[in-house]
Amino acid sequence: MTTLPPQFEDWFSQRGWEIHPHQQAMLDQAAAPALMLIAPTGGGKTLAGFLPSLMELADGHHVGLHTLYVSPLKALAADIKRNLRTPVAEMDLPIRIEDRTGDTSYTQKRRQRADPPHILLTTPESLALLTSYEDAPRIFKGLQRIIVDEIHALAESKRGDQLMLALSRLQTLAPNLRRVGLSATVENPDAIAAELARHPDPCAIINADPGPDPDIAMLVTQEKPPWTGGGAKYAIPAVLEEVKKHKTTLIFHNTRAQAEIFFHNLWLANTDDLPIGIHHGSLAREQRERVEAAMVAGNLRAIVCTGSLDLGIDWGDVDLVVQVGAPKNVKRLVQRIGRANHRYNAPSKALLVPANRFEVVECVAALEAVKAHDLDGDPKGPGPRDVLCQHILITACAGPFDAHQLFQEIRTVGAYRTLSRAAFDDCLDFCATGGYALRAYDKWKRLLQTADGKWQLRDPRAAQRIRMNIGTIQDTDTLKVRMKGNFKPLGEVEEAFAATLTPGDTFLIGGQVVRYETLKEMTVEVSRRADKTPKIATFMGTKFANSTQLSQRILRMFDQTDWPELPSHTAEWLGLQRKFSKLPEANRILVESFPHEGRHHICVYGFAGRNAMQTLGMLLTQRMEELKLHPMGFVATDYATLIWGLDPVHDPAPLFQPDNIRADFETWLSGNAVMKKTFRGAATIAGLIERNLPQARKTGRQATFSSDILYDTLSKYDPDHLMLRITREEAMRGLVDFGRIEEMLARTAGRIDHLILDRVTPLSLPMFLEQGRIAVAGAGQERLLEEEAARLMQEAGVAAL
Amino acid sequence: MNLDPGRALRQEQSMNAYHFSFCATACAALPSGALHLPEEGVLCVSDLHLGKSERIARRSGVMLPPYEVTETLQKLEADISATNPNRIICLGDSFDDLDAAASLDDDTRLWLARLQAGKTWVWIEGNHDPGPIDLGGAHRSQVTISGLTFRHIATDPHAEISGHFHPKHRVTGRSRPAFLYDETRMIMPAYGAYTGGLASHTPALRQLFNGRTTAILTGHKAIPVPIP
Repeated sequence: MTTLPPQFEDWFSQRGWEIHPHQQAMLDQAAAPALMLIAPTGGGKTLAGFLPSLMELADGHHVGLHTLYVSPLKALAADIKRNLRTPVAEMDLPIRIEDRTGDTSYTQKRRQRADPPHILLTTPESLALLTSYEDAPRIFKGLQRIIVDEIHALAESKRGDQLMLALSRLQTLAPNLRRVGLSATVENPDAIAAELARHPDPCAIINADPGPDPDIAMLVTQEKPPWTGGGAKYAIPAVLEEVKKHKTTLIFHNTRAQAEIFFHNLWLANTDDLPIGIHHGSLAREQRERVEAAMVAGNLRAIVCTGSLDLGIDWGDVDLVVQVGAPKNVKRLVQRIGRANHRYNAPSKALLVPANRFEVVECVAALEAVKAHDLDGDPKGPGPRDVLCQHILITACAGPFDAHQLFQEIRTVGAYRTLSRAAFDDCLDFCATGGYALRAYDKWKRLLQTADGKWQLRDPRAAQRIRMNIGTIQDTDTLKVRMKGNFKPLGEVEEAFAATLTPGDTFLIGGQVVRYETLKEMTVEVSRRADKTPKIATFMGTKFANSTQLSQRILRMFDQTDWPELPSHTAEWLGLQRKFSKLPEANRILVESFPHEGRHHICVYGFAGRNAMQTLGMLLTQRMEELKLHPMGFVATDYATLIWGLDPVHDPAPLFQPDNIRADFETWLSGNAVMKKTFRGAATIAGLIERNLPQARKTGRQATFSSDILYDTLSKYDPDHLMLRITREEAMRGLVDFGRIEEMLARTAGRIDHLILDRVTPLSLPMFLEQGRIAVAGAGQERLLEEEAARLMQEAGVAAL
Repeated sequence: MNLDPGRALRQEQSMNAYHFSFCATACAALPSGALHLPEEGVLCVSDLHLGKSERIARRSGVMLPPYEVTETLQKLEADISATNPNRIICLGDSFDDLDAAASLDDDTRLWLARLQAGKTWVWIEGNHDPGPIDLGGAHRSQVTISGLTFRHIATDPHAEISGHFHPKHRVTGRSRPAFLYDETRMIMPAYGAYTGGLASHTPALRQLFNGRTTAILTGHKAIPVPIP
């Protein structure tokens, strides 16, 4: 057992602390090449990660960089810097600690490269950028340890893959590098550990005491939740009561728009003027920082927020977490609740607020899953190749490289351990020549092979552009919003949202209603408007699909004879559905047909999650169009797809023939907007499309336009191109989520119940109020556009032109 | 056997084109973004930007799919065969820059020569290609035909047809390249495959029009719509 040196021992005892068992375990195994700690927030997780570094650095002999700390959030790096400097100062350790993120000044960054601190706190993107410099070997030469914080969050996205690729680079530059991962509770610790370790090194997992189970319940109000929508406005008085009863409350929302609306309504009802703030990723940095400071100082009673507050920032005394809207994913819920609570060994207290009637069912299912410790998660596929392409370009920025060595190095990354040489060569060829069937760029290749067989940039100036495009975060393009005549931005809105605005429209930002005036260059100009209720068109932010596990739980609930665990209004609603139609079953597909407002409707209950149900809507309407059933449109939720059209569907069974669906899927993929969006993401990461130009950022609009055209052109002339193969694979998992359609088809195996009814059924009712209706593309859309144009011509009195 | 392959095309083009009168001249806006003057036998296309992907690769290292020349010329070939003009006007920015024009491959040069055979071909100077090009056809800063002046950038609103701005217009949420015109001036959409666009409500574009302005959307069918 490693014992603490006296100055550490003293410091601990001065504070009345004792070393936690998991901190001791981390010390004992400090020499391991890879180590992962699973601990709840507040359990001294960060200190457990840093203790070995502090001890190794205590004698002042180490020169240069010793420990890299990587976290998914800039704010977290800054936070850790503050927290770590305290013990270092109090123990008078000769250790220099600095952070390096997108917010760090240019001079500071230059200085850090020339003279690195002992401990550098950074993000995956800033680290990737560091590895792209020619002097990377010198910067990382003496590196001993890397600590990856919140590794479970990084592991879920391509940011994690990029980080692990960068780690393989670092390991070559600093062969003695040891890797440490810090994680919240996850369903698959072994998988994450395997990604962290250098393949095939083992990675020990240390489990800290997880603490007591959270005290979590659903908020039941007098008022019934509405049939649809995500605002949960009905629950505002009850939530306000809870805020009054607690010291500090965090109110989480699934999307920024919902957070804004809720915050607005909360203030309208906040007659006691309780100090309540708002925090989400679209707000201007100064505004976020102000709220963060007020929060830390204990000046706020509640804070309305989104996932931007999700990670382990120290928020002081939060004693209640409210989750508005169904959590969609049990793991995320548990982590969210666990992180907000910083009182180790005290149960976190949380309330779920369903935003609508169906979410009541979802919340109850989620509560049961939390009780059963049943976390959800889908196994990850192999390392994405668009990230690999970017890694090859980053490597080229640092200087000439040997392809074979790079390949060997990449194979030490867990996610890429099965990468074939052919697949690697594909990516290298893409980076070097574009990888086109028409080898058009002989003269202007991006990478050239030198006489000694090494690869290097044709034009070294290209390095600057590659560096500016480093990163895998695919945020939708956003525009800054500011008051007319005022320089300071209020925040950001998504470009797609800005495009729907016409002068005079009002929307919410930073909790205030503003009026859209004009779009000036890359900025939305607004004026203050306090008197009108805002217009919020469609949604902003990601809508997560319900996890497979949660969907299964809901289906199991439907199987019950009665529902004592549900509030009566919801239980009665399900009862009515059973009486007038039937409740969906896990191993059958329920299809209801009924007329409504002169259109024939079918409602398909597939429970495959929002993305898959949307894809299913596209496929079914496409087939219906072929069958001349004249579908007009559809709308999808996590559990069902509602389609309306001019003709009735007499026999839905053939629509669900797996072979038909798969064939339709192939046809549909080629011309599809979701594919284009996926393509845009992959092409940007792989370096085919530039996101940041040295002078001015291309407007998102132009990028959308050109990437769509690139997709069409590639599909037409080069259908086997690497980017299209990547796009297809990603779409299967991501937004298209065909994998879950396959799962649904397998689960139901052709068992289709078709009920022909004379009116809208209870369970389908919310679908009619759902936003995001999609008109069926093709002839119908052309006709719509033509009719609208003709109407406008008529109106303008120029129909005869 | 189909002895006239252009016939079906011509019919389809005619069906989907929008026929209108501009400065007392009969015009047809084709869904492709080309302008056909049937009585004058003129076909006009603007902003082909040939060689754009090559220029981007040369200057930045980013290698876009190198198929835009093929795509653009295929479209042009189809329009020529459908309208059978005696004169073809390329309204400037036909090449992304003069180097791009100089580095066209032999196949593309042959293809262009084939398209030019038997036609009067006019290259109007643009801001991207301000000098003579080593390809067949005449090189002009502007031409006037039946009182209509064709030039690259709008300068004088008297029966003027120009390009340069790549106008687009949005209806029911869908934005498409569009012709914009009022009583005295017409601005053509960009014809090239990889050309971006400028929204019709942008001041730079809007201020060029005074009277009642119409946009003709391109795409599957040329569709006119008034601009408020």
